[in-house]
Amino acid sequence: MAVQFSEENLNKVKEIIARYPEGKQKSALLPVLHLAQESFGGWLSAESMDYVASLLQIEPIEVYEVATFYSMYNLKPVGKYLFEVCHTGPCMLNGSDNIIDYIKETLGISNGETTTDGLFTLKTVECLGACGYAPMMQLGKHFREHLTKAKVDEIIAECRSKAN
Amino acid sequence: MGRKLLLDKAHIEGIRYYDTYRNNGGYAAAEKALKSMSPELVIEEVKKSGLRGRGGAGFPTGLKWSFLAKPEGVPRYLVCNADESEPGTFKDRYLMEFLPHLLIEGLLISSFALGANCTYIYIRGEYAWIPDILEEAINDAKKNNWLGKNIQGTGYDLEIYVQRGAGAYICGEETALIESLEGKRGNPRIKPPFPAVKGLWQSPTVVNNVETLAAVVPIINIGGDEYAKYGTGKSTGTKLISACGNINKPGVYEIDMNISVEEFIYSDEFCGGIPNGKRLKACIPGGSSVPILPANLLLKTAKGEPRMMTYESLNDGGFATGSMMGSGGFIVLDEDQCVVRHTMSLARFYHHESCGQCSPCREGTGWMKKVLLNIENGKGKMTDIDLLWDIQRKIEGNTICPLGDAAAWPVAAAIRHFRDEFEWHVTHPEEAMIRNFGLAHYADPLPVVATAAAV
Repeated sequence: MAVQFSEENLNKVKEIIARYPEGKQKSALLPVLHLAQESFGGWLSAESMDYVASLLQIEPIEVYEVATFYSMYNLKPVGKYLFEVCHTGPCMLNGSDNIIDYIKETLGISNGETTTDGLFTLKTVECLGACGYAPMMQLGKHFREHLTKAKVDEIIAECRSKAN
Repeated sequence: MGRKLLLDKAHIEGIRYYDTYRNNGGYAAAEKALKSMSPELVIEEVKKSGLRGRGGAGFPTGLKWSFLAKPEGVPRYLVCNADESEPGTFKDRYLMEFLPHLLIEGLLISSFALGANCTYIYIRGEYAWIPDILEEAINDAKKNNWLGKNIQGTGYDLEIYVQRGAGAYICGEETALIESLEGKRGNPRIKPPFPAVKGLWQSPTVVNNVETLAAVVPIINIGGDEYAKYGTGKSTGTKLISACGNINKPGVYEIDMNISVEEFIYSDEFCGGIPNGKRLKACIPGGSSVPILPANLLLKTAKGEPRMMTYESLNDGGFATGSMMGSGGFIVLDEDQCVVRHTMSLARFYHHESCGQCSPCREGTGWMKKVLLNIENGKGKMTDIDLLWDIQRKIEGNTICPLGDAAAWPVAAAIRHFRDEFEWHVTHPEEAMIRNFGLAHYADPLPVVATAAAV
């Protein structure tokens, strides 16, 4: 896949850079990496990171060191639907371990793995700030809260029907 | 009903939008500040209010503002810390989702007071849908001349931008946040220089929590003296508490800081008690970093007085028998919960979130996680408990930023108050995997209300 932002996204990059004083375009790195991940298949390849470096006129190493620091940047390909399930204290008190086990069982994958059809990846994550609505997971831009086994089934069915 | 200052209008339908917010008294404080007050006067009111930082440290806000350096010709910045990541804490999310204009108004008044013309909201990356809400509010405020150039004809200019993080607890630490906003790894800086002198792009910067900045609105509306009449002693005003864990009504509550912990847990106005008639075992009252307390010490101080939901009372007895208000993340554990397992999950959290700069934290957090996992899985030795104590002691105070302390305290408090539960795991390895230690003596003498709830 050729790594190149659309015209629309290039304008977005310009807009983001304009938020900072002149010469401080490196500040745009986190937002632009988010944009790159969304645009280039849900993960950041070395090629995507080099492209971002060239756009922001910084060294590729400055991008790598940031991309490897923050947990939301995926450095390997992930499934079309990434289930990021919280397992920190408050979620654990409300049964997140059972939910994680159920997802593993239902999808036949372990933590960090992707289903063979490339649809689902399971990733346990640390506290996402939804402790009162536990157990929960992040799916794309939004949170799915108050998870039960039935709700997990629904979410999986919903993703499958969207993918078809 | 407790008195409210932040969420008093949260029930109004459409309060998320500009027109409704404005028609219900919104931007009146901004109008008052910009048109009839000087920046110094605004700072004076905030000082009088006694407002303390709501992010966790509880530092007096007015005092923090007065430290801001004001060299000629150098821009100053206000940064709103919306990187809410402390386990148990989800109050800022509520404010931003449902009352975005309250935050914008607070930012406007605070920026005016500090002489900042450009302000950033740094929000945790996982709250991915909230920047849209905030940006819509910013655009509407701009259309109505509450942001942009020459605001309401006063000659004051302000732009607000939203910046998303990308998943790093450490960026809630103010210098790590600044590094991240500069497009770098979130490695905390060595202080001094403090951000008030050299912060964002080496310019003087104030970093304040979302709730702190929102609280500036009622302070200006009713005056600092009036605000200080809410609460108790040095815990003035109201505080948002995000309650979670084993309670009937998890959620975000605004409390006047004059109610007891017992009332907060058992009253129907707040947590509504423990589900399924279970008894209270323990609680972490201020976000995962603060010491866990067994029920008996939570509800009453060591002196036998009722413990109150205030900065002072929660801290009564120091770390020996008390805890902290922290960020207001209130985590309740019922009698079926395993303290060792819960502590292990928090240790795992801190290990994951350590930035790796300082070896005591980078190595120590991982070590604690491993030892705790062994004990939880029935593979621990008695000496492991002393080893854990030793590791946490060697982390605390030996790191650049407070993450090291935050990782050490939960482990220390768990061993301090629940040592027999750790020992039971070691002496009963087979049982440790299949059942929990239970209440033991922690809830003894049982609080009256807990007994009533159990019947």
